[in-house]
Amino acid sequence: MSDKLNFHFDVDGENFVSAGQASVQVKKNLRELGLPPEVIRRVSIAMYEGEINMVIHANGGFADVDVYEDKIVITLDDKGPGIKDIALAMQEGYSTASDQVRSLGFGAGMGLPNMKRYTDDMQIDTRVGVGTKITMTIRL
Amino acid sequence: MKIREIKELLDAEVVCGEDALETDVHSACGSDMMSDVLAYVKDQAVLLTGLVNSQVIRTAAMMDMVCVVFVRSKVPTPEMIELAEESSIALLASGKRMYEACGTLYYHGLGGAKHE
Repeated sequence: MSDKLNFHFDVDGENFVSAGQASVQVKKNLRELGLPPEVIRRVSIAMYEGEINMVIHANGGFADVDVYEDKIVITLDDKGPGIKDIALAMQEGYSTASDQVRSLGFGAGMGLPNMKRYTDDMQIDTRVGVGTKITMTIRL
Repeated sequence: MKIREIKELLDAEVVCGEDALETDVHSACGSDMMSDVLAYVKDQAVLLTGLVNSQVIRTAAMMDMVCVVFVRSKVPTPEMIELAEESSIALLASGKRMYEACGTLYYHGLGGAKHE
């Protein structure tokens, strides 16, 4: 565990305009580390979708990106409402987002499927009324 | 196609990124739904959209795009311009509607995604 590099972010749940700031910063950090562009793109898209989800569904939370020698692990932790039916949430096109969120270009029901698509492994640990923790791994 | 040609074909105004006009781009996509851009776009360098908020610029940045064209006379906010400048993304604004703008670029040789 000692040889990992950690980037930690507080995701502000109040402000849709600033959503994605952490992902932009992670993209910059990974570029500076000289990682392959395809890896950087996958990490930043998965994290960006996660960040947007935290803002529109869970009133923000914490995001951590841990860079190891052989993998990158993204952890998104929120105290939101939890996901009632994970299988349904994973279905492309299914969304509980409001019309307001849709009018902003999101809420197409592609967030979680996209996060899975761009990562090698995704674990969802959720409890209704308590929160959700999503752990995504991208192998290097 | 160079970004300058996109500007000319769409009769667009350069909002920022004047120095990127000679950049060559090889494909584009058009969407107002950023979730779909993140899901389906692969290597497109240009995004045409009628959506105006900061997430448009962040989505383009995530996808390594170099140019965003706002259609239907939409005008990006100062905050969006600042974000675009930070990510070296050129912003153009055109009065054309989405269908016409995409069609014009496609007709002149700017393709879409390569289907897998």
